[in-house]
Amino acid sequence: MGAMILRRLAVAVFSLIGVVVITFALTRVLPGDTAAYFAGPAASREAIEQLRHSLGLDKPAAEQFADYVAALARGDLGNSLTTGQPVLSDLLSRLPASAELTLLGLLVSLAIAIPFGILAAVKPGSFVDHACRLVTTAGVSLPVFFTGLLLVYVFYFILGWAPAPLGRLDVFLSAPPTVTGFFLIDSALAGDWETFRGALSQLVLPVLTLAIFALAPIARMTRAAMLAVLTSDFVRTARASGLTPWSVLITYAFRNALLPVVTTLGMVFSFLLGANVLVEKVFAWPGIGSYAIEALIASDFAPVQGFVLAMAVMYVLLNLLIDVLQGLIDPRARTAT
Amino acid sequence: MSERPPRADPAVPPQLTPAGGPAADLAVEPGEAPPLDTAPTPPGTAPNLLDSLPPGPIPPAAAFSAAQAEPCLAVRDLAVSFRTRGGTVKALEQVGFTVGRGEIVALVGESGSGKSVTAYALMGILDAAGEVTAGTAQFGGTDLLHAPERTLRGIRGRDISMIFQNPRTALNPIRPVGKQIADVLIRHGGAGRREAPAAAIEMLRRVRITDPERRARAYPYEMSGGMCQRVMIAIALACRPKLLIADEPTTGIDVTTQAVIMDLLTGLARESGVSALVITHDLALASEYCDRVVVMHAGHVVEDAPVRDLFAHPRHPYTARLLAATPTGHASLADLASIPGSLPDLRRPDLPACRYIGRCDRALDSCQVSLQRREIAPSHLVACNNPL
Ligand SMILES: Nc1ncnc2c1ncn2[C@@H]1O[C@H](COP(=O)(O)OP(=O)(O)OP(=O)(O)O)[C@@H](O)[C@H]1O
Ligand code: SF4
Ligand SMILES: [Mg+2]
Repeated sequence: MGAMILRRLAVAVFSLIGVVVITFALTRVLPGDTAAYFAGPAASREAIEQLRHSLGLDKPAAEQFADYVAALARGDLGNSLTTGQPVLSDLLSRLPASAELTLLGLLVSLAIAIPFGILAAVKPGSFVDHACRLVTTAGVSLPVFFTGLLLVYVFYFILGWAPAPLGRLDVFLSAPPTVTGFFLIDSALAGDWETFRGALSQLVLPVLTLAIFALAPIARMTRAAMLAVLTSDFVRTARASGLTPWSVLITYAFRNALLPVVTTLGMVFSFLLGANVLVEKVFAWPGIGSYAIEALIASDFAPVQGFVLAMAVMYVLLNLLIDVLQGLIDPRARTAT
Repeated sequence: MSERPPRADPAVPPQLTPAGGPAADLAVEPGEAPPLDTAPTPPGTAPNLLDSLPPGPIPPAAAFSAAQAEPCLAVRDLAVSFRTRGGTVKALEQVGFTVGRGEIVALVGESGSGKSVTAYALMGILDAAGEVTAGTAQFGGTDLLHAPERTLRGIRGRDISMIFQNPRTALNPIRPVGKQIADVLIRHGGAGRREAPAAAIEMLRRVRITDPERRARAYPYEMSGGMCQRVMIAIALACRPKLLIADEPTTGIDVTTQAVIMDLLTGLARESGVSALVITHDLALASEYCDRVVVMHAGHVVEDAPVRDLFAHPRHPYTARLLAATPTGHASLADLASIPGSLPDLRRPDLPACRYIGRCDRALDSCQVSLQRREIAPSHLVACNNPL
């Protein structure tokens, strides 16, 4: 197991080097002239060139890249021209907002999709099975920004059940003292239940949007994996041994079905990281996704590079986590190369 | 509709005399059991099937009447059909046989003859598409085909257990084998949660796995097929069942290990007086390890006789053909190309009374409409209108 993790880490280092090169190259080919944008529409030619020089944008690409890597090694992701802050601190301060949203979205989708998938597989052709098929089809065919807008339209605009989609907290509430950065946890720790309710009500719609998006692949994979496992030889053995239906279903069938489900989970989570950007935009969520979009529109390189890098690191860590989980579930995966 | 002539009840055979008495409960003397660790017989070396039979000191007929006095399992008129897109498959019809106490019965027949379906129906683990449409299976006062599911779950794995082919896939791939044995022990109260691991190791020792403490922690993928089958046997025997059903226990196992597994299986069964139903393709295997053979063809039992009688005087044309086609007995029924014709399509609504008619050279006109099932000699049942 330890050797496997080390091997995966070595591979991860190489993928990260690739990501650094690509993020650098990507921001250079994006349309828009940063110097011109920040100098403002009234700036003279000389002023723009001066700004370009002070930003180091007139150096040869190779030199710029060397500067970039050297800075990265120091943990310096550059400064955002829009906020004037170091990108790293911007990202770190906004990360909890994104993480709270994404993780809750994943949790909610798991809590619905897995029991749903299991029930659908246990009783093929039943009402649950048909419902499962309907939901998964809907989840696949609805784009995430559309689901988000639809939910806002119905639950905020028409029914008025949900608060305005304007960030993590109502303007009248103040953020709880930071411990984890997750408002739900921090407000609960502080015993501030009013803030807790406020944060929760703001979370409901964006979390649902993400959950609906993630639900479909997880439910479908759970159902398919359970169907396959339930007809397998070892489940037949378990039944022939008189084990109770519950232990056949959970200890024998579901644990084996978890293998493909966990793999899917890794994929779903990386999709979620992308979908998150759109959801944050729709709900004015102050996370790293909306930060990156604003920077992108402003041709502000450093935050975009920082965002892509942060995503890549998360993606690599996520895959590592998936591998560890696989190893915990399946003894065969521990020794696999 | 086939008229059914009266048939001797195998549970109370007419030749049963008080001499057979209840004391003769054990049909098989311990001395008759094959030794456990004999070297496997190399294929093709047995010159004749009869030579490989144990020199029976007990007249078989007497032994069987004793065994049948109080059978461990009595299956009668079992019918199973499967609903499929192409119509209803009448997989089994009027299947009947008994397994006496301590008796080892072979169930033979070519592929598709319904051997596994018979076993699954008895275990209550048929596919959702399959349905028992008739019959009874008396097992210690319980009708396995009609008892409530809860009762059956208590019987499965404790009183009747089953071993399957391809042992490597029959075990849970991500659970240590010791735990899989312990699961069954705990389920049926064979051991408490605390004692179960040690009891599992003890079972591994009984099936002659070396270093059982270490092996208990191993996963199936770390073991050979033969080793996995030993684990299956350990699971099956863990709760001291009365009946063991083995569905082609040597299929999917290395040829050199097959005899070792059969020796172990039948040896342990005889040792602890467990009755066994061994499903196999291999006639030599049946003759070597079993007391009686039940021959199936297309969902019918065509012949049922003590091993010696069956091999010496087969009465059903199908059995005779099978024996003629396997002079050394070592050819498996799976690769028998010499029997003309094939199994009838079991979805046909107008199946003939004798399902062998399309392949039979002794067929009479009556075989189309009726089939006689009778005891043609003591303990020798045959389903044929024109037996040999
Ligand atoms: N799930 C099913 N659906 C439809 N028909 C089935 C099903 N299972 C079995 N059958 C039918 O039952 C018949 C007997 O099958 P069974 O598996 O018992 O044969 P078998 O004697 O065990 O053969 P083998 O030696 O190949 O294992 C087959 O002809 C098959 O058509
Ligand atoms: S003689 Fe008739 S009953 Fe006997 S096997 Fe042939 S066809 Fe069937
Ligand atoms: Mg079979």
